Amino acid sequence: MRKNIYLIFIGIIVLAFLAGNLSYPKYLNQSIDFFNNKIGFGFPHFWDIPFKLGLDLQGGTHLLYEADLSSIEAGDYSSATQGLRDIIERRVNLFGVTEPIVQTQEASGKHRLVVELAGIKEPAEAIKMIGQTPFLEFREQRAEEETQIILDKQKELEGMTYEEAQKIENWQLALEDPYFKSTSLTGKYLKRADLTFDQQTGAPLISLQFNNEGADLFEQLTSQNVGKILAIFIDGIPISTPVVQEAISGGKAQISGDFTVDEAKELVRNLNAGALPVPIKLISQQTVGPTLGAVSLQKSLMAGLLGFLAVIIFLIIFYRFPGFLASLVLVVYVVLILSLFKLIPVTLTLAGIGGFILSIGMAVDANILIFSRMREELKEEKSFTIALEEGFRRSWPSIRDGNLTTLIVALILFGLGTSFIKGFALTLSIGILVSMFSAIFITRTLLRLFVNTKVEKYNWLWR
Amino acid sequence: MIKFTKYRKIYFGFSGALVIASIIALIVFGLKPSIDFTGGSILEIEYAEERISNEEISGMLSELGLTSAYVQPTGEKGIIIRMKDIDEEMHQQVLSALFQETGLAEEIRFESIGPVIGQELKDKTKIVVAVALLSMIIYIALAFRRVQRPLRSWQYGIASVFALFHDILIPLGIFAILGRFYGIEISIPVITALLAVLGYSINNTVVVFDRIRENLLTGGETFGQIVDASLNQTLARQINTSLTTLFVAGAIFFLGGETLKYFALALILGICAGTYSSIFLAGPILVGWYHFRHRK
Repeated sequence: MRKNIYLIFIGIIVLAFLAGNLSYPKYLNQSIDFFNNKIGFGFPHFWDIPFKLGLDLQGGTHLLYEADLSSIEAGDYSSATQGLRDIIERRVNLFGVTEPIVQTQEASGKHRLVVELAGIKEPAEAIKMIGQTPFLEFREQRAEEETQIILDKQKELEGMTYEEAQKIENWQLALEDPYFKSTSLTGKYLKRADLTFDQQTGAPLISLQFNNEGADLFEQLTSQNVGKILAIFIDGIPISTPVVQEAISGGKAQISGDFTVDEAKELVRNLNAGALPVPIKLISQQTVGPTLGAVSLQKSLMAGLLGFLAVIIFLIIFYRFPGFLASLVLVVYVVLILSLFKLIPVTLTLAGIGGFILSIGMAVDANILIFSRMREELKEEKSFTIALEEGFRRSWPSIRDGNLTTLIVALILFGLGTSFIKGFALTLSIGILVSMFSAIFITRTLLRLFVNTKVEKYNWLWR
Repeated sequence: MIKFTKYRKIYFGFSGALVIASIIALIVFGLKPSIDFTGGSILEIEYAEERISNEEISGMLSELGLTSAYVQPTGEKGIIIRMKDIDEEMHQQVLSALFQETGLAEEIRFESIGPVIGQELKDKTKIVVAVALLSMIIYIALAFRRVQRPLRSWQYGIASVFALFHDILIPLGIFAILGRFYGIEISIPVITALLAVLGYSINNTVVVFDRIRENLLTGGETFGQIVDASLNQTLARQINTSLTTLFVAGAIFFLGGETLKYFALALILGICAGTYSSIFLAGPILVGWYHFRHRK
């Protein structure tokens, strides 16, 4: 029995040592270096895993885009958003951000795209580049009657306010482009774009290569429009309006337009990085500058440290020796949690740190319940061993119920919440689970070490 | 031994008055939702030298068509601007307008939330709050299903639900007042903290009721005496646990920075209300109920 306790105790010490150095390996690695230098051995360094910090702590930008899927059939939504995701991911990778996040999201029938760029220096630049991604589209000429109808309607509505215009029949017509109408051939079918030069004039040209599906569409369009204009629009602006001479098969097209070599280069790069299959709109953004991130991190850590110290001082003053043991356990608790944050890994946000700090205050609840109970038993002149075991046994239902309620709330928050709530709920849940282990198992082992020793006789230490 | 149940009418009156005042504050002032829920933008800038005056900034913003912007100084050289949700283009225009006038400035943070997102978050929050409340009530019903005397288990449940609403309504009432007079908003962090208080409040009540359940087994005394004894036995724990949690919440409030400040405040208010209700309300309600039934 006694031997077992010593074994468990040694196990706990090893665990604490490993967790402590995992959460802060600097000193151990320095000692290893020192040792290696002295003796000339080549001991490897201890695992040095960095904490994973969220956007609000390292600075960065969180962007929420909404995809306009009106031109896509319902069955193709997921493949369209998937394609959108891939293309934006490719774009985002160009910024050299570590681990950018690009996720699709579906909320109440709306298809969205979350882009998170951590530690980015110039978020505005990134937004511009994501937004700039050209929306390539081929448009065909309208029949003359259609053009006339739209022009007439525009004339009719000229000078009216928006409200007045809405009362006129078919007012939406006026918003249409009078000369061209959209076709189904868009950047979605683009395989690649290249910069070439006109052999006679030396002017820059952009050559497009469609994929198989796009090639078929292109052939169909060109054969339908021989002698007419097939305009190439990028982001709603006509770039080139060539007249189709004959049906083109093979899926190759050329854009000649009024652009400089540099502009053509940029267009080619953007088209290759991904002409978006569907238009997107930025509906929400959150940007935290690196300064604020660093300040928030520092402040929250400071708050955590001071809160931690206050709890320890309180425990020692109020519960004396068991309080001191509980403080040691709390230190083990903190390094265990920090190690778990690194190992899982948990992305630490401000909310997450808030949840963690709160869990320090709550983690000692189990110890407080146990010690209060032990004290009562000791006051009834029960022996130390009995008071110890009774204290643990009788406070268990309260500890279980109390942690369970908090855990239930945390799980609900995690399941339904937004990213702030999730960060909080995750660290709080981890904290509750680990604290059950540390406050009960580790504290009990430590206390049992003193059973039948001289220390148990000093009543003032315990009461 | 402190006779908590003896003066229960005073405690009920005190809590009742606070709860009614909170409800009135909530009705009259209402809660001030943050842009998380309403949509809008918030821009924080720190100037390298001296900041420009609020009037000048408002002037520049109106030139851009942002007439209802609310400008607020922060720290020594910073300003916070709250306005309707603006797109990236307008955001850049605002920045260049504000930066060029005084040379160097740094954008500390920028948030722009569309009204659709705000509405969605509002709906989502309502669901979370409802599910959390419901699950707590179910939990209590399950936890006390074996306690049948001298009151029914559902009566223990109702008493803890009373305490629960007390613990949530009072902080909400205080936030309504703070929102009206100091512009403090109900944001996602505040809601999160209040939901954490839910678990905490139930936890505190459960500890007392567990002790009552345990003491009922040994029996002997009257119900009032058993409740009093249980409250006295758990008193040290209630206060100590609240204190340790208040220590950390206080540390976050004073040192943790702007984002977590009102999160910590909501926690502090909730913990105080929760500790009070677990000592002065939950147990005495049981005794009051018991006496009421036995008088008939």
